[in-house]
Amino acid sequence: MDLGPLMEGFATAATPMNLLYATIGVILGTAVGVLPGIGPAMTVALLLPVTYSLPPTSALIMFAGVYYGGMYGGSTTSILLNTPGESSSVVTAIEGNLMAKRGRAAQALATAAIGSFVAGTIGTALLVACAPIVTKFAVSMGAPDYFAVMLLALLAVSAVLGSSRLRGFCSLGLGLAIGLIGLDRVSGQPRLTFGQAELADGIDIVVVAVAIFALGEALWVAAHLRRKAAQIIPVGQPWMGREDWKRSWKPWLRGTAYGFPFGALPAGGAEIPTFLSYITEKRLSKHRDEFGKGAIEGVAGPEAANNASAAGTLVPMLSLGLPTNATAAIMLAALTGFGIQPGPLLFQKEPQLVWGLIASLFIGNALLLLLNLPLAPAWAKLLQIPRPYLYAGILFFASLGAYAVNLQSFDLVLLLVFGLVGFMMRRFGLPILPLIIGVIIGPRIERQLRTALSVAGGDVSTLWSEPLAVGIYVIIAVLLLWPLLVRLLRRNPRRPRFKDA
Amino acid sequence: MVIVVGYAPGPPGEAALRRGAEEARLRGARLVVVNSSRGDALVDRRFAQAEDLEQVERTLAAAGVQWSLHQPVRGREASEEIVRAAHEARADLIVIGLRHRSPVGKLLMGSTAQSVLLDAECPVLAVKGER
Repeated sequence: MDLGPLMEGFATAATPMNLLYATIGVILGTAVGVLPGIGPAMTVALLLPVTYSLPPTSALIMFAGVYYGGMYGGSTTSILLNTPGESSSVVTAIEGNLMAKRGRAAQALATAAIGSFVAGTIGTALLVACAPIVTKFAVSMGAPDYFAVMLLALLAVSAVLGSSRLRGFCSLGLGLAIGLIGLDRVSGQPRLTFGQAELADGIDIVVVAVAIFALGEALWVAAHLRRKAAQIIPVGQPWMGREDWKRSWKPWLRGTAYGFPFGALPAGGAEIPTFLSYITEKRLSKHRDEFGKGAIEGVAGPEAANNASAAGTLVPMLSLGLPTNATAAIMLAALTGFGIQPGPLLFQKEPQLVWGLIASLFIGNALLLLLNLPLAPAWAKLLQIPRPYLYAGILFFASLGAYAVNLQSFDLVLLLVFGLVGFMMRRFGLPILPLIIGVIIGPRIERQLRTALSVAGGDVSTLWSEPLAVGIYVIIAVLLLWPLLVRLLRRNPRRPRFKDA
Repeated sequence: MVIVVGYAPGPPGEAALRRGAEEARLRGARLVVVNSSRGDALVDRRFAQAEDLEQVERTLAAAGVQWSLHQPVRGREASEEIVRAAHEARADLIVIGLRHRSPVGKLLMGSTAQSVLLDAECPVLAVKGER
């Protein structure tokens, strides 16, 4: 493997300005990770308008810092408060909080932070190894293949994650509809503009993302502010004894092995691998009796898995231009905002940006370890901020950001409308992710479809003319029919038993 | 006769509790301990948890007074809760603890003690915690 580009990436990432942005990113990321309800996706969306004046490399380095930082911060809240800061640290909360209650909070925080560092570093190294290979492969993909891959991502995100497929598809439909608004790129016909001139350019992704994430969440919290004062478990400096190291290193590596591939898959996310890692550690542990009372393996594995999946997510994002979670989707929107076309040519056209970003991940990970290991108790103090102050600040930045994109007050109206949509989605349990992915991938999947069809002169069969596309359609079919298949498979082995009885 | 004590974990709150117990014994009064939280932050260190309450119980059991605990969480300021509790119990005295505050801190967060002193309908006894 050629490490030359990576070294040049380090040269880009280590300039004082980029180091500064990486530091700002990881600090912000840790802060939002600690606070439940506020995640890296919302933060990156709020930062988008601010960063349009920055060089794209610096902006993306900051976003990546926020993304990685959120993964670290979430574990602190899970362990000390038993309220997961992020959905990816739900599993950490199980054993982590029990450890803290037994007076082992310091060890739980340490194994989470060091495990995140180990997994993040290995994951980023795997990213360096995988992404160029995937890119080489992706360059040969035609429009029909792309259409199939994007369709897989859309359907997988809607059908696999979340509790209800129907709700997932409702949310996806909303997202695709929002993505349709504006002039048709080929014919120039206005679609879904209702005669409004302001809608002809389409709706800026910043407005949608800020409204759904920030405004929707703020309205939701305002409607459901829980009047409850919990107390955080007091903790000193995080540290680990020899025994803790011995029990942690294998779960870290196994967690990484789970997290990275799941992150890289179109429907990955961090929830499934963290849960799988937890189950595996529970089965393999020599201290199985400690599970349910606070076993360190149950913190080490899932924490490593969620950071490795964060690294894995960047593989399809950088090599295919395919986001698999909300934060990656908004980072991708940022790229488009800078006039950079995401996709397999990114590595060739923007080597400085891509390798600078990857190198900054190594640096950011080290920074996060330094920030989190000694300062975890200080981060926990953020939880004492009264939430009305916090959400007032978020609303302020949300409105400022939405207005700053195009400097038109119409965007503020849109912000409010989509904020209400975000609120109603939370009210009725619709997942947010399919909507955001739909808004961002929708216009791009349409372009691939149009390209494929116009190359083939309007012949629809071109869509399944290539073997890769056919393979992906088979996967999609399995994915959609999975519940049915499971039911059929379960029914068969039962029959002999009935005969015996 | 009723005495209301504004309590929060920490030296000033404990000093108020001890002095309140002493006054209650002298006057043969019942003690109402008020500890509240606005409840809008996820974590509130001034809201007494199990360990603090055990301490309160020990202190008051040692003093041998009749007492009750009141821990409202309904989005109101602590001062408001104390004054309200005193009004409802027709208290003859409120005991609170004082602590040093920086001018900026007072400007930003306001002062619970000051609000209690100004709003209370009965005499207020303010004590300082151990330095």
